[in-house]
Amino acid sequence: MNQIQEKVQLIRSERLTADIFRLTLASQAIAASAAPGQFVMVRTGTAHDPLLRRPFSIYQTSSDGTFQIVFKVIGRGTTLLAHCREGEELSVLGPLGRGYRLEQKGQNILVGGGMGIAPMLFLAKRLLKKTALQEPPQVLLGARNKEELQPMLVDFQALGVRVLTATDDGSLGHHGLVTDRLRKLHPAPESMVYCCGPKPMMAAVAMICRERSLACQVSVETAMACGMGACLGCTIPLQDGSYGHACSDGPVFDAERILWTL
Amino acid sequence: MDFVTEKNMDHDLEVRIGSLVLRNPVLTASGTFGYAREFEQFVNLHRLGGVVVKGISLEPRPGNPPPRIVETSCGMLNAIGLENVGVERFIAEKMPYLNNLDVPVFVNILGDSVDEYQRLAARLAGIPGVSALEVNISCPNVKKGGAAFGSDPDMAAAVTRAVKQESDVPVIVKLSPNVTDVTVIARAVEAAGADGLSLINTLIGMAVDLRTRRPKLANVIGGLSGPAIKPVALRMVYQVARAVSVPVIGIGGIASAEDALEFILAGATAVQVGTANFVNPRASEEIVEGMAAYVHAQHLGSIRELIGALQISEGGS
Repeated sequence: MNQIQEKVQLIRSERLTADIFRLTLASQAIAASAAPGQFVMVRTGTAHDPLLRRPFSIYQTSSDGTFQIVFKVIGRGTTLLAHCREGEELSVLGPLGRGYRLEQKGQNILVGGGMGIAPMLFLAKRLLKKTALQEPPQVLLGARNKEELQPMLVDFQALGVRVLTATDDGSLGHHGLVTDRLRKLHPAPESMVYCCGPKPMMAAVAMICRERSLACQVSVETAMACGMGACLGCTIPLQDGSYGHACSDGPVFDAERILWTL
Repeated sequence: MDFVTEKNMDHDLEVRIGSLVLRNPVLTASGTFGYAREFEQFVNLHRLGGVVVKGISLEPRPGNPPPRIVETSCGMLNAIGLENVGVERFIAEKMPYLNNLDVPVFVNILGDSVDEYQRLAARLAGIPGVSALEVNISCPNVKKGGAAFGSDPDMAAAVTRAVKQESDVPVIVKLSPNVTDVTVIARAVEAAGADGLSLINTLIGMAVDLRTRRPKLANVIGGLSGPAIKPVALRMVYQVARAVSVPVIGIGGIASAEDALEFILAGATAVQVGTANFVNPRASEEIVEGMAAYVHAQHLGSIRELIGALQISEGGS
């Protein structure tokens, strides 16, 4: 794995909703080598507070040497990032972690919820490229409401993949959970489900896949200090009683390996 | 820093810890640098004064359940729970790589009894590539009701003697700051034969989530590290350096060459870079570069001229 730390220029900062932002960052190296499901660690400033970098999965890369991240403003780090101006430089470490393993046998089903939609765009694009002769990926996206879903949804629609949506308030697509939509699909036995979203959603997707003997990969999120296997802070309890580390063993795991506790 | 050639840079920064000669005073702190390999893409490991690897116990330890870390103001709390691969896998899987590095390797050891420390030191004796041991005495003594070795001078001395008896390399004892008077422990450990002291380990702290009304760490309490603890660490290094005659290695919130040089003025012979590695994986090497630049800019013959050179005005303690 080729990991680098560099100062990258913020090319574009877009406010997608009141508290969701999309940043376009210039890095030839990261854009060229990143794989879907991998992440970057971004410093939100140059001072000691907030101290740690913030992890973000890669939303998409471009052949012009840029990549994008999408995030919701949650705390001080993301607030600072939201206030960064175009032209400013940010310290970025990446690409980090193990991304999704791309399967080409059966159908590819992508399930994204909330900010977990972010890695799904990069994955859908890569799958389209790899499996040009197969049927395109089926994408299922869930969010709280239309306002949060729409800005990312349009990027999927532009790819020409089939997208089914669900919102908590019914303002776009199915009124309910994205897992309801997954239950109604009947994919071929060798299909692969790729998932990222809130933990309860991923646990539900993992359970559905288990019931139907479908392979499933999930991308987990934890607090994390270094992103490169040194701090051992990003622990994920596994079925076999051991601990995995989100940054180096993941963030993508086979869903059946994870001990789902809610 | 084009004017600094690698050769004179090394010469200017050389320090000694017991019989061990370090090409410069910058080490990486245990638990913040993995087993060094994790950082090979970011750091020219051969430029470092030494590498202190993740703490090793006799048997593998899985560590604590999550959440294990939480960010705090200018710092972080961790309750990793001493997760490590155990001494046998360490020797088999990690030492070959470390032995191939042209950099001193300090192996941090930890145990729940004097006997465990002694057996670890015996197992590591004669292993190629082990340059020194760093004894972590912050763990609880299971046999004596869980009190930390690091807070009892007699227990700290007993561990030190046991390790010294078995070890064929310099023995550094890493002191806990969670004591009333760190110099008492420091003197006891020195008298028991330690070749050097490193301090400080993390300060015990906690963080509360008001929204969930729960502690932010599953372990409830954890160790505070990062720039937030630097003033405490500097004070303790200053006190210990004046209380003992063996070399002191300063640790605690060091993120820049300036930070490192302050510890050296306060009496440290060397320093360890810890939490800063998480934020900037190149931090340790950048501190070496910054230190060399300072030595040249100040026209010093050697970094050694700065050790303990803090000027205290009359009436100061």
